[in-house]
Amino acid sequence: MTLETGTQKVATATQALQTYEEAFGGLEKSAGAVSPWLRELRRNGFDRFVERGFPTLRDEDWRFTNIAPIAQTPFRLARNGQHGPSRRDLEAYRLPGAAYELVFVDGRFSAELSSPGHLPPGAIVASLAAQIAADPASVEPHLGRYLDTGRDAFSALSTAFLEDGAYVHVARSTILEAPIHLLFVSTAHDEPIVTHPRNLIVADENSQVTVIEEYISLNLGAEKSSPALCNAATELVAGDHSVVSHFMIEREDVQAFNISTLRIQQGRAADVSSHSVLAGGGIVRNNVHPVLAGEGGECLINGLFVGGGRQHLDNYMLVEHASPRCASRQFYNGILAERAHGVFHGRIIVHKDAQKTDAKQTNRNLLLSDTAQIDTKPQLEIYADDVKCTHGATIGQIEETALFYLRSRGIDEASARRLLLMAFASECLDRMKEGAARTHVEHLINESLRPLAGFSQPAATQKLHDSDSR
Amino acid sequence: MSLLEIKNLHVRVADREILKGIDLTIDSGQVHSIMGPNGSGKSTLAQVLARRESYEVTGGEILFNGKDLLAMKPEEAACEGVFLAFQYPVEIPGISNAYFLRSALNAMRKYRGLEEMDAMDFLPKLREKLKLLHMDDKLLNRSVNEAFSGGEKKRNEILQMAVLEPKLAILDETDSGLDIDALRIVAEGVNAMRSPERAVLVVTHYQRLLNYIVPDRVHVLVDGRIVRSGGPELALHLEDKGYVDIEGAAGRA
Repeated sequence: MTLETGTQKVATATQALQTYEEAFGGLEKSAGAVSPWLRELRRNGFDRFVERGFPTLRDEDWRFTNIAPIAQTPFRLARNGQHGPSRRDLEAYRLPGAAYELVFVDGRFSAELSSPGHLPPGAIVASLAAQIAADPASVEPHLGRYLDTGRDAFSALSTAFLEDGAYVHVARSTILEAPIHLLFVSTAHDEPIVTHPRNLIVADENSQVTVIEEYISLNLGAEKSSPALCNAATELVAGDHSVVSHFMIEREDVQAFNISTLRIQQGRAADVSSHSVLAGGGIVRNNVHPVLAGEGGECLINGLFVGGGRQHLDNYMLVEHASPRCASRQFYNGILAERAHGVFHGRIIVHKDAQKTDAKQTNRNLLLSDTAQIDTKPQLEIYADDVKCTHGATIGQIEETALFYLRSRGIDEASARRLLLMAFASECLDRMKEGAARTHVEHLINESLRPLAGFSQPAATQKLHDSDSR
Repeated sequence: MSLLEIKNLHVRVADREILKGIDLTIDSGQVHSIMGPNGSGKSTLAQVLARRESYEVTGGEILFNGKDLLAMKPEEAACEGVFLAFQYPVEIPGISNAYFLRSALNAMRKYRGLEEMDAMDFLPKLREKLKLLHMDDKLLNRSVNEAFSGGEKKRNEILQMAVLEPKLAILDETDSGLDIDALRIVAEGVNAMRSPERAVLVVTHYQRLLNYIVPDRVHVLVDGRIVRSGGPELALHLEDKGYVDIEGAAGRA
């Protein structure tokens, strides 16, 4: 990358803003038949974006993550990819044991690539665009109601450019045992493109569901590809006594920018687990924002981030306790090699009425090189007086004594390192319920740890491309 | 050919010479003991034999089965048949004992060109060894050494030895911190493994373990040198008189 002067930077940022304005104008014109509420929702989102602009390092919530490379790039809205994948290209990415699989290519639902399955009565899985068209009344009460467009530019942009994504609705007392797999594929383009996948998951009272969001890049033999920005947002409504598991898996290539926001609204005694696994992406920001709005809710916020090269993996947790007797547990483990930079920002807000809150937060990190970096920051804001809040963070390295112990039993150095890394990562795996989702994640983690352990194989993200080009 | 031949071994740790010319030969089927006061270099010798890389060998050579042991990595030495029962077994959270043992065994089988063993074939073999050491099945599913008692850790070392069936087993102060019952169990485990194809090197400060694992030869290590060698009676002599008169003799020599 060449050095830019200050004025050039301003010029590119302005140019980038112009691109968004043109795109938004285009969207408003083209989507003629849109309901007034949706039109207004988008308009408000865009106004917020223009008001706030992109965050900078001076913004407290972004002080460890420089998103200038995103702010300065004139991304265009993705239309149809030049290299559309075939079903065969996606074979390696299917999730065995999934009940239903929706595939999105550059943010748009692809019926041809998706694999619908058998669902019990009471469960609906569809593309959001189709659901809005078919039954807007099912969407309107929830869509855009929880995600705060005032929080940052990305939430605002998500709502402004809201078009497609997944819609999952599980009716009262309906139980889906097998997971729903949402696969978001970024294809290669010769100009920078942006997608804004927007998902809505509604689990009614006493229902159960597991949803897996997975983000991948597919280059399909393209010689070179421009950076892509995936700005994903999911609103998850967990009704009273519901049990919901959500997985966010980021394994795009290292050129990709991925910003994701999971906004969870929990009802009374709802039990929600959020599992994030970040193994790919160049600049990644993973926002998880549960609001425990009903009494006796429980929330597990579990994550693993694994980075090498110059990857930047930022995890921003905002856990809001808004009702009494709720429990939240945050556990994030980071493994960082080479010049990778990880961030864990764990913010807990206990509102005035949220007595008997039990909030716990732990962030553990392994740094595998002198140049890897982690910033970890707890932030507790407590406005109730009868609460239990704990937090802790550790930063360490692979212990030489443990490595020697394994090697002295005949295990070669790379395998010994991988075992120790896997052991560290397994703390995160152990918090996932056994099943198809966990098996899938375990396999992925295993693959992404191999290169960090010193196996002479390309990084997992690059390996994806090797298998793609076959 | 002897199983182990150590010739004029000099070792440094952080700029201090710890071993100052060790000569020691052990044949298959033999049990040798190295005794000595604290800080004499006993553990250093054990660690060098297991090829810990932070110990710098500045002179001498070690032949194991006729091969240059000092050219081997720790995993190669292990696969060739060297086993060290650690004085302080390492806790490894997140890896189950059973998985660890199978990984180790399979690494060695692979090295020797044998097929890897799956869990179904491995578990019965493991259970049999567990019985020998009076160990609870539950220890297999727990993380390696994590929250094990001192005695459980030491027994776990011997369990590993029983599974891996080394040619040379080095016990580094395996007796320290063991009560007499645990000591007997550990000794039984070691004795059950004595065979004409295997040698044992018992590194210890005290003679007591040698009541149960009777050595063929005893060597006294003082200040980085073997100052006296003899039969099992030498250990009894040391127990009786302590190291003082031998240290004195070494000082005069």
